[in-house]
Amino acid sequence: MSSRETVLARIRAALADVPAEEAPQDVPVPRDYRRSHVRPGEDTVTLFAERVADYRANVTRTDRAGLTDAIAAALTRREARHLAVPAGFPTELLPTGGWEWHPEPLDVPALDGLDGAITLAAAGIAVTGTIVLDTGAGQGRRALTLVPDYHLCIVDAEQIADDVPDALARLDPARPLTFVSGPSATSDIELDRVEGVHGPRTLDVIVVESGLDAARTA
Amino acid sequence: MTGQGVVWLGSPPFPKAAREALKNDQLRANLKRATTTIRDKRLAVASELDDWEALRESAAAIKRRTARHLDRYLLQLEESVTVAGGTVHWAADAAEANRIVTELVRATGEREVVKIKSMATQEIGLNEHLAEAGITAYETDLAELIVQLGDDRPSHILVPAIHKNRGEIRDLFTAEMGSWGRPAPDGLTDEPAALAEAARQHLREKFLRAKVAVSGANFACAETGTVVVVESEGNGRMCLTLPETLITVMGIEKVVPTWSDLEVFLQLLPRSSTGERMNPYTSTWTGTTEGDGPSAFHLVLLDNGRTDTLADTVGRQALACIRCSACLNVCPVYERTGGHAYGSVYPGPIGAVLTPQLVGVETAASLPFASTLCGACYDACPVKINIPEVLTHLRAEVVEAKGRSAEALAMKAAGVVLDSPRLLGAAQKAAALGGRVLSRDGRIGRLPGPLHGWSDSRDTPAPATESFRTWWRKNKENGESR
Ligand code: SF4
Repeated sequence: MSSRETVLARIRAALADVPAEEAPQDVPVPRDYRRSHVRPGEDTVTLFAERVADYRANVTRTDRAGLTDAIAAALTRREARHLAVPAGFPTELLPTGGWEWHPEPLDVPALDGLDGAITLAAAGIAVTGTIVLDTGAGQGRRALTLVPDYHLCIVDAEQIADDVPDALARLDPARPLTFVSGPSATSDIELDRVEGVHGPRTLDVIVVESGLDAARTA
Repeated sequence: MTGQGVVWLGSPPFPKAAREALKNDQLRANLKRATTTIRDKRLAVASELDDWEALRESAAAIKRRTARHLDRYLLQLEESVTVAGGTVHWAADAAEANRIVTELVRATGEREVVKIKSMATQEIGLNEHLAEAGITAYETDLAELIVQLGDDRPSHILVPAIHKNRGEIRDLFTAEMGSWGRPAPDGLTDEPAALAEAARQHLREKFLRAKVAVSGANFACAETGTVVVVESEGNGRMCLTLPETLITVMGIEKVVPTWSDLEVFLQLLPRSSTGERMNPYTSTWTGTTEGDGPSAFHLVLLDNGRTDTLADTVGRQALACIRCSACLNVCPVYERTGGHAYGSVYPGPIGAVLTPQLVGVETAASLPFASTLCGACYDACPVKINIPEVLTHLRAEVVEAKGRSAEALAMKAAGVVLDSPRLLGAAQKAAALGGRVLSRDGRIGRLPGPLHGWSDSRDTPAPATESFRTWWRKNKENGESR
């Protein structure tokens, strides 16, 4: 008997108390938890910005017209000059001046040599202050936002879900997903929080309140 | 033999190990500070969600549904992972799981693997097994690295190196990093940031050259074949992204029916575990993705005693555990003794119920007694595992298996904490912190069940109301009001 058969047989024997006619749906799962913990009257985008900032990530809010300046300001503050740019990123948003933009494809050693990466996102989650990447247009492969030490992420206000349940409903599990809530962190040494062990040590988020969609599909 | 590897061979029984640990003031101070900090954070973020109880109910029910139809969900998972480009392997015990992983690594021609912190691979002793086969496994979680460099054992589910303080870690890095790869920088200080930076440099060269990674899984969705790893440091993302081959070893109980079930667990786990609204990184993958991440994915489904646990209709609820470690941080016994005293990969209250079930009560007979039954663990548990209920159930089994000698063992194990009024005070405080109140007069009379011999000679202060009531009800219902 293969181990597959052995394990399945053991499971079936172990569940002798479960009536043969019982279907999974016969075991009730109550679903009366909230779909969202955003309080009535609370602004989702404001909450998102606050919660992301709680992780000591830097958050800027702007509109389409102010986006390029906001990107320039963030990069200047971080002294990041060499940045990875994923395929599908609307390059017309990028500031000109002292920056070098390195378009995909980039191999891992090349990524390791850069200061940071700039990307769009697939979704945001307000209550938990999370951005979600699904490797879609403008987000790059998983390595792109992982290997460089700095990640600047641009989130369209429209993409921000209230809470975890609506965010998961928007996402496609068939794609590789990365949920990012603040920069890499550890508390393994005497529970002192240290930012940045292996992932990016610095995370900046720019929330665009209007019009990014047009730029993205243009 | 099932449950291989779960217990550390040669470990003394809990009462002896606990008594040793109690002499270690440094350890106790470390633990107290750590558990208090995490406990407070957890309470703060859990109370942000006014439907916390509804989430717990739902989580427990999803796990109940999964357990009662586990064969079906595993077959569904197997199919969806396969369709998505992965390969599924079944391992009846630790030896088989180790063999499968070793062969998979050998087939790549590689001699080293990077690892994400995983209790399942600790349980089967994978690193040691790979070493025998000439393959070096590098732990990449900072705490696991500390444990590995120190040739030590983990002592907490979430923060395995909690028993080490910064000076010890600095000394360890300075002495040992060089023999595992990039040495620690000269003049390394004991600042946590400096230590983390040393680990970053040390591990980065391993991430960038590794061709094979081994991980565990926090969840796997049967419906979609999606596997989930929840972490903080980014070492998980590194292992899941950069290597060409990914091997995931997962206990069969980690499956959940659907993608949307994750909405419950992703709210409960980080808040219960680190006391954060969300952990820094959660990665999900479904089979392989062309041109992004590993091109080969293997999922090893591990039994190793889990089906024995499943067969026990009271004890099977322990399989719902999502390894958040909340029960450790509220447990007055754990806080005093630390994780090593449990002699198992699974310490604390969940270890006290899971270990004897995975390996058989004869092999870990003292663990069900390593508790005050104060009930704080049940209150803290996000999936509502009634740990006190399982403990008392297992105590009965131990007594049945061993007769009176087990009762002596019971006295010893519980006695480590209960003998001293100061320690009992701590137990009661922890219970109160867990949100419960003591019985009205603060006292209970004769204890039912296996402890009655002990309470006959003492007036026992009530450990806690609800767990006691559950216990009492159960014993009375069984007609055992001895
Ligand atoms: S038993 Fe519950 S509280 Fe303890 S680690 Fe498991 S899920 Fe967390």
